[in-house]
Amino acid sequence: MAKITASVYSSHVPAIGAAIDLGKTEEAYWKPVFDGFAPTRQWEKENPPDVVFLVFNDHATAFSLEMIPTFAIGTAAEFQPADEGWGPRPVPKVYGHPELAAHIAQSVIQDDFDLTIVNKMDVDHGLTVPMNLMFGSPEAWPCPVIPFAVNVVQYPVPSGRRCFNLGKAIRRAIDSFDKPLNVQIWGTGGMSHQLQGPRAGLINAEWDNAFLDRLINDPEGLAGMSHMEYVREAGSEGIELVMWLIARGAMDDVNGGKAPTVRHRFYHVPASNTAVGHLVLDNT
Amino acid sequence: MALDKPYNDIPGTTIFDADQSRLGYHLNQFCMSLMKAENRARFKADERAYLDEWPMTEEQKLAVLARDLNRCIAAGGNIYFLAKIGATDSKSFQQMAGSMTGMTEEEYRDMMIKGGRSIEGNRYLGEDGDAQPHRQPQGKAGQKGGN
Repeated sequence: MAKITASVYSSHVPAIGAAIDLGKTEEAYWKPVFDGFAPTRQWEKENPPDVVFLVFNDHATAFSLEMIPTFAIGTAAEFQPADEGWGPRPVPKVYGHPELAAHIAQSVIQDDFDLTIVNKMDVDHGLTVPMNLMFGSPEAWPCPVIPFAVNVVQYPVPSGRRCFNLGKAIRRAIDSFDKPLNVQIWGTGGMSHQLQGPRAGLINAEWDNAFLDRLINDPEGLAGMSHMEYVREAGSEGIELVMWLIARGAMDDVNGGKAPTVRHRFYHVPASNTAVGHLVLDNT
Repeated sequence: MALDKPYNDIPGTTIFDADQSRLGYHLNQFCMSLMKAENRARFKADERAYLDEWPMTEEQKLAVLARDLNRCIAAGGNIYFLAKIGATDSKSFQQMAGSMTGMTEEEYRDMMIKGGRSIEGNRYLGEDGDAQPHRQPQGKAGQKGGN
């Protein structure tokens, strides 16, 4: 049977992608960010997943205002890196896992989460930047990826509770897939940041670190946090953090198993406008 | 019944809700069109003519021409869509975000390197943080030519 072996959490700041693409990762501004992910890159080499289920948000790339799906699962065989206005990022094509993705869609929809099924979607920095942070810049990505896009652009976004429970449903779906796959689930976005208006540049390090603590030790309680607390304390774009709760809901300890091991934790300010947070929780 | 908007008491912040989305639909879809290289080229060649192809309001068009992102947001723009204009102009997200504060690029970058804008005084309207309406504009860029 397939199994969720670990969850990985990370910001997906576009400027990190630009720093990689322009060869700036050794510059003083960027080096601490990339060094902060080095232990995870090593850990990923030693514990390679067969598939990554990658929760991210589309930033007005694949989805304009014509259609705004709250939860969209990518069931295609492949996904092209998107042209977000600067030209497509020079990263490998992303290969999907249509069989597992279709299985998850069928299971999760019957579990009362009405997913949108997407067979054609370009993927933006929300997906490709975490891939670089965890896997470096290889010629080809080391495993297939199931992109799972969450609407955090138009308010209201799904609640933390809804995301957490969805993670549990995804976990049940993966548990019932009849092939021995090692699946990692990644939650991306955040941490505190605001990209608009006179409050742009907001960072709340104390709140971010409390969020990381609670994500590890009190995910159930954290799932009850209101939209307004995210927006007020972590900025209008900090609300992306609800996506981390999808990954957290899929872990052993909240599904009757034992507590995860914290393999790595990292926090850094700033990457462009944003606080970078990162966590690796291991079920094994 | 009108939409419940508990977020209206956060200073310097516009939440992109269904009302804003309706107001800004054509503005944001114009931005979306800039994802295509040939449209970026046509827009750059004659901005006004390109904007006139869209059923946008005059205020929206003027806000785009002025590259005034706060005005664009007030007219229903969303930052992830507006970012396509920035990309067309070869601006970074940091330059775009900073432009909405009244700070110069350098002032804004320095603020971020020092840990970003503090939350203190910036949670609720009526406090005294630097994002509050009575403290705008914040930097030298916003005061240029001002009085």
